[in-house]
Amino acid sequence: MDLRFTPEEVAFRDEVRSFCREKIPAEIRRKVSEGRGLSKEDIVTSQRILNAKGWAVPHWPKEWGGRDWTTVQRYIYTEELFQAAVPLPQQFNCYMFGPVLATFGRQDQKERFLPRAANLDDWWCQGFSEPGAGSDLASLKTKAVRDGDHYIVDGQKTWTTLGQHADWIFCLVRTDFEAKKQRGISFLLIDMKTPGITVRPIITLEGRHEVNEVFFDAVRVPVENLVGEENRGWDYAKFLLANERTGIARIGLTKERITRIKRLAREMPAGAGTMWDDRDFRARVAGVEVELKALEITQMRVAAKQGRADSVEPDPASSILKIRGSQLQQAATELLLELAGPFALAAPARGQGANDLPGGFDWVDAAAPSYFNNRKVSIYGGSNEIQHNVIAKGILGL
Amino acid sequence: MDFDLNEDQSLLRDSVERLCADLYPALEARQKHAGAPLGFPEANWQTFVELGIPGLPFTEEEGGFGGGPVETMLVMEAVGRNLVVEPLLASVVLGSTALRLGGSAAQKERYIPGLVEGTLRLTLAHTERQSRYDLFDVATTARRSGDGFVLNGAKSVVPNADSAGLIVVSARVSGERRDRSGIGLFLVPADAAGVSVTAYPAQDGGRAAEVSFSDVSVPADAVLGDPEGGLPLLERVVEHGIAALAAEAVGSMETLHRLTVEYLKTRTQFGTSIGAFQALQHRAVDMLIELEQARSMALYAAMMVESDDPAARAAALAAVKIRINTACRALGQEAVQLHGGIGMTMEYLGAHHFKRLAMIATQLGDTPHHMRTLTDAEDGLLAA
Repeated sequence: MDLRFTPEEVAFRDEVRSFCREKIPAEIRRKVSEGRGLSKEDIVTSQRILNAKGWAVPHWPKEWGGRDWTTVQRYIYTEELFQAAVPLPQQFNCYMFGPVLATFGRQDQKERFLPRAANLDDWWCQGFSEPGAGSDLASLKTKAVRDGDHYIVDGQKTWTTLGQHADWIFCLVRTDFEAKKQRGISFLLIDMKTPGITVRPIITLEGRHEVNEVFFDAVRVPVENLVGEENRGWDYAKFLLANERTGIARIGLTKERITRIKRLAREMPAGAGTMWDDRDFRARVAGVEVELKALEITQMRVAAKQGRADSVEPDPASSILKIRGSQLQQAATELLLELAGPFALAAPARGQGANDLPGGFDWVDAAAPSYFNNRKVSIYGGSNEIQHNVIAKGILGL
Repeated sequence: MDFDLNEDQSLLRDSVERLCADLYPALEARQKHAGAPLGFPEANWQTFVELGIPGLPFTEEEGGFGGGPVETMLVMEAVGRNLVVEPLLASVVLGSTALRLGGSAAQKERYIPGLVEGTLRLTLAHTERQSRYDLFDVATTARRSGDGFVLNGAKSVVPNADSAGLIVVSARVSGERRDRSGIGLFLVPADAAGVSVTAYPAQDGGRAAEVSFSDVSVPADAVLGDPEGGLPLLERVVEHGIAALAAEAVGSMETLHRLTVEYLKTRTQFGTSIGAFQALQHRAVDMLIELEQARSMALYAAMMVESDDPAARAAALAAVKIRINTACRALGQEAVQLHGGIGMTMEYLGAHHFKRLAMIATQLGDTPHHMRTLTDAEDGLLAA
């Protein structure tokens, strides 16, 4: 057992660190750090810089652009991206669709889609949740009925993140109406330009357009766009969701937020000094840091274990990361809200002069929206209550 | 970075676990051990000696076995899992770390053979009635007299002092009660004239004592290191103690969580095992999260306790103790609650784990104490 980074690992960390800070435009990283929304162009720009370096999809199989990194290297890479406030490679392309297709897709599908997904030439979105299928995802009703060389898809998906930018959607659809609910689901790739698809925005509580409803009305999808076997889609979805959970702790993101809070606290007047002189506030920051340190090591332990296992079965320990990681992301946004204090109330239109900003602070108007928006992290990717069920069954045998 | 144990470490873990499980097959055995006059049977100690545990902290050149923080962690986890009452924390961790880090070659040569052969045990006496957890708050005095020193004062809740042959005592050579300088660590034989040890049982089945010093003369070579600059040494000793307590807590929590999950599976009410109820399942999961987060912090302690950056080390071990304390309380309380009435009884093993965990949270710094350390660190933990 040696819990320190090796000299090679330290060198790798420094390489990623300097690349992120030197090559990714500062304006994009500033938006990420301040919790403001990114444009599609921002995300594409950042990902193409990473892809040109061969770093957009390091966890994919080597023949499709993967890097054969150790689990520790992957961990370092992700954490450094977060800490430099670099947008992670588009998550649906890189962490969900790509691994599923590389594992379960046909050769021609891989050739057609994977390189374009890695370079964000195609923007993928996820068609899983439905109005009647949230935590009980397997009860989904969107149906795909065979008609010669096509499926005819009818139904509705919801909470489709950044679907407004999407070229393609990977969908769970029901193809067998008689089988037990998990056994009648297929994994289908659908071109968003196909006639019969309507995308309608959902504005979330902080006022942003991040998620959508997607309607399918007699949409014709070539049968060749089926991934893997018909009616095996639930297995592929479980594989995908486990991948989603591992990255979901976002420890580096929370670290970056805490570092920023400490910096801003030293500039925020309070009493005879600043908020950083307030011992109670510092103790609350320290409390989050302690939990974050523990979770960082838990994450490394899970990663080390996964690096050895050759299984596609999800590790229930990844549910621990999801639960505690989401709670810490939320705790950081609460601290920022607390730091903004009375100025958090203001929601001025941006783009005016600095004098119009509340108290003259150029960040306070983003504190409340960030707090509002981050309530989602304990809901998406399988709510924290569902993660409790996963652990109770998968680890405790209850 | 590598979380796997090497061959020697696996061997150590397995043999210590086997030894502890053999000595502690059930609660009855443990209560019998704890009821011995010194709080444990001498024969048990000799079993640990045969395995080489007291020599673990020292290098092979010093006559020990060259263990490091990971080895200590493995031993203390087994201690926690099996609710061991022998004075490993007092002697192998606290006392021996003081000797290892502060002792001269002559001092080591004089004491290590006795430790390794099982004829000598150590303990650390630093707490005073007014000091709470402040290591620098020392009213006990060590007055220079000729070549040596004369000690006067009193120490409180000294772990296993009644079975220790040599006590490491913090005492003030110069300065005011709360000065950081002027403190020395002294090796005082428990049978020296003027030393009085009043021992009593502890709440968790262990033993502790009030130790007073009345004109106790010690020679110059009883001092560990600098007689007026001993505080950094004492801090390091306590940091090692925190790392050991963290591992012990993890071991104890592991057992208590396992007992609780087994109970949920076997206890039947309303015609079904109570583990079928989601309200209880989710609480058992929250206990597991506490355990795993605590386990990560015990690893972090092992990683940081030998760091040569004192500020980073202090912040790290403060964070470890804060997190361990929280887990001890939360997991322990939930375990009793999920057991219901049986968890409240003296005859139930889990209740004794609960008590040990509650006491760990009070040893070597409670949460407010370590939170002050962490908030006083200019950059907090992330800089560490």
